[in-house]
Amino acid sequence: MNKNLAPEIVLEPERYELQTPPVHHFEIDRRDFAKIVGTGIAVFLLSKGAIAQQQQGESGGRGGGGQSAPKDISAWLHIAENGAITVFTGKVEIGQNVRTSLAQVVAEELRAPFDSITMVMGDTRLTPYDAGTFGSQTTPRMGMQLRHVASVACDTLKNLAAKQWNVDAARLVPVAGKITDPQTKLSITYGQLAQRQAFETAVLGDDPLIAPADWTVAGKPLGKVDGRDFVTGRHKYVSDMKLPGMQYGKVLRPESFGATIASIDVSAAQQMPGVAVVRDGDFVGVTAPDPQTAERALKAIKVEWKPVAQQQPDSKNIYDYLKANVQTGGRGGGRGQQSGATDTSAIDSALAAAQHRLDATYKVAFIAHAPLEPRAAMAQWDGDQLNVWTGTQRPFGVRTELASAFHLSEEKIRVRMPDMGSGYGGKHTGECAVEAARLAKGAGKPVKLTWTREEEFSWAYFRPVGVIDIRSGVNDDGTLTAWELQNYNSGNSGIDTPYKTGVHSTPFHSTAYPFRQGSYRGLAATANFFARESHMDDLARAIKMDPFAFRMKNLQDDRIKAVLQAAAEKFGWDKTKPASGHGFGLACGAEKGGYVANCAEVAVDKSTGAVKIVRLVVAFECGAIVNPDGLRNQVLGGNIQGLGGALFEAIEFENGRVLNPKFSKYRVPRFQDIPPIEVVLVDRKDLQPSGAGEVPLMALAPSIGNAICDATGVRLRALPMIPAGIVKT
Amino acid sequence: MPTQTSEAPITRVTELQINGRAYKIDATSDTSLLSVLRDQLDLTGSKYGCGEGQCSACTVLVDGNPRHSCITSVGVIGKKSITTIEGLERDGKLHPVQQAFLDEGAMQCAYCTSGMIMSAVALLKSNANPTDAEIIQYMQGNVCRCGTYPRIVAAIRDAARMMRASSNGGAR
Repeated sequence: MNKNLAPEIVLEPERYELQTPPVHHFEIDRRDFAKIVGTGIAVFLLSKGAIAQQQQGESGGRGGGGQSAPKDISAWLHIAENGAITVFTGKVEIGQNVRTSLAQVVAEELRAPFDSITMVMGDTRLTPYDAGTFGSQTTPRMGMQLRHVASVACDTLKNLAAKQWNVDAARLVPVAGKITDPQTKLSITYGQLAQRQAFETAVLGDDPLIAPADWTVAGKPLGKVDGRDFVTGRHKYVSDMKLPGMQYGKVLRPESFGATIASIDVSAAQQMPGVAVVRDGDFVGVTAPDPQTAERALKAIKVEWKPVAQQQPDSKNIYDYLKANVQTGGRGGGRGQQSGATDTSAIDSALAAAQHRLDATYKVAFIAHAPLEPRAAMAQWDGDQLNVWTGTQRPFGVRTELASAFHLSEEKIRVRMPDMGSGYGGKHTGECAVEAARLAKGAGKPVKLTWTREEEFSWAYFRPVGVIDIRSGVNDDGTLTAWELQNYNSGNSGIDTPYKTGVHSTPFHSTAYPFRQGSYRGLAATANFFARESHMDDLARAIKMDPFAFRMKNLQDDRIKAVLQAAAEKFGWDKTKPASGHGFGLACGAEKGGYVANCAEVAVDKSTGAVKIVRLVVAFECGAIVNPDGLRNQVLGGNIQGLGGALFEAIEFENGRVLNPKFSKYRVPRFQDIPPIEVVLVDRKDLQPSGAGEVPLMALAPSIGNAICDATGVRLRALPMIPAGIVKT
Repeated sequence: MPTQTSEAPITRVTELQINGRAYKIDATSDTSLLSVLRDQLDLTGSKYGCGEGQCSACTVLVDGNPRHSCITSVGVIGKKSITTIEGLERDGKLHPVQQAFLDEGAMQCAYCTSGMIMSAVALLKSNANPTDAEIIQYMQGNVCRCGTYPRIVAAIRDAARMMRASSNGGAR
């Protein structure tokens, strides 16, 4: 392995991301891929597992076998006779700008002009299998794989030129889409080298790569590669797409979560011209030639619902409900349980011996992703072949869901994912695609289904609600003697403490919960960071130590210390004191190879209690920066989105019903909510890049909470902290 | 942005003036302008985001004034001229607001971008030199879930500068 390679980041998927993998994979053969693009040069990346499997005599078949079944191709690229370079990856573009940044790293390793590269993404027919675009893995994993593919492609081109000129390949230089020979001054373009080739080569991914310090194309700020299509409205999101003869679908939603149909009369809808009613158990939907007719047909259905038998919790008593409904041996577990002692008696005695003891409970509400493009899918059946276009972070996962729903083999299904109106972890699932496909099957025509905003709020899934209990002990000199953090339901991401502690335990408990819940940008790390960093501040206060000094004393990771230092310096942490009625706060942490620290200044009106965020600083480090412009956008955007969950976003619910499923009732951050935010990017060219989609927002909420406490002495231990809203900037 | 809905009896609407040309349509007067644009005319740059005039992804100009097309019924439009995001580009040249959004990288998933640009165009028609505070106040109805707000403010500022420079130079 190249020495430049960062240690593999251990990805611990949240429990909702632990999907049972499909038993069979029917990826098309490498030669089929080549047929798609014709002649030229194709380079495939084979995983090491695939090679090992082939060496075992290929008895297992392609990708067959158990949980760790290798998908033998993880990425590939093609160089056409006209010099066009096409890169195929199962990752998807959801606003994080990887269509641009992945092309940058390919251009770098291939020494090809940036604009000669086209990315084909998230198409289950054309691109290799990929588990999904989540967990901040696109840059560290897919980016690395594509660099290897591009690097081998470059070597292949050099060897072809060397053969043509009958010289040693080592003396040839690739630059700007050409191979040149410095001695003879001859040069030949990649396109010319690709002519009359039907060349394919497979690579393992252990060849040397260009070090980030030597990058010329990667590492540069580049805007969205197809930005013009978006500012002109030309880009077609799935919700914009149409097919000949396409019908518009609507789905009948239950009156409360889990309710089933007691009685139904669809006759009035059925009699409407052009309308098809599709019923399959408790699934009922309609299709019509236009959306207005579909809407009228849906309203014409008479239905009585049977709610679930038990009274469901509401947004007030949910926290008691979670602790009263712990599930043992369920879907929980995870690394939280493995860290430190789980023996509470050891914690108890360490707490008893501590000079200061502090226990507290923190709460986080259900929040919604509310991507501005709601779920949308278009489905078309051709015999038993199914074509689906849908906005999802997991096109291959959606294909599996479709295969399961319609009892089809996956090879009969093609899922395409045009760049979508974002997801933030909220579009991992395929319910809308399954519904569209069911309607299309019933109607016998292609169907597009676009969820309404209310449907998106009510029937997608939420960031989990949670309760976090912390018990802790600290001595006067700032030594942490005991640390116990117990998370109920919200999740185990970022649950471990980065601080040196004596006895510690950080278990996660699965509980029952009343709605669908799942991944959300940053997963539970946002909740666990909030609890931990709020609590650390109170411990610092208890021993009258500066919160910055307290953290620096106990942090064990130099990269966290570096971002904390960087944020504090930019903020002027020890240079200035807050004005009267103002407060300063900071927070920090690391997750998924990203390192983050935030500083906040707030002003609180003592008479009204109104909070104004005066300014924020966020420092972030994720190794070598591939695209500083894109990264800055992610860090700033993540913090702005994070303001909602930190301050005022919360799903209100009662007995299986969401009470605020609209933007007029569910407040999201808007222009006037945004304080001045300074972003400090720490570029570590000595390290390989990691991802940036999630970590930048993790320290935001506690930094604001700590600033509020600094200003007022009041500790807010629930997210959102200020449901009534902040003072406008 | 005032809501416009029709109190009149439902009739049929057969023509709309959009981006400088007449489009034949066939819709009842209570149909939303957004649906007619998107579903009948394939002018899909205007987006559905909420259906209640709360996110402004659907913003178009009606006689130069910004309107939430999701809650504006076609029956109230009559002969008024509609401008959508598709009508801003002229002879392959982007409108200065479009160009500024591109230059500033003022988008992420970009689903809100059409509405942002249309609102900004309306703002700069009424105020050629807005302060940041005026931009922020005017744009308060537009939601960007990716959190690109500061860059959007910067893009609108840049566009205003470009447009003033161009009109001072007597370009038109």
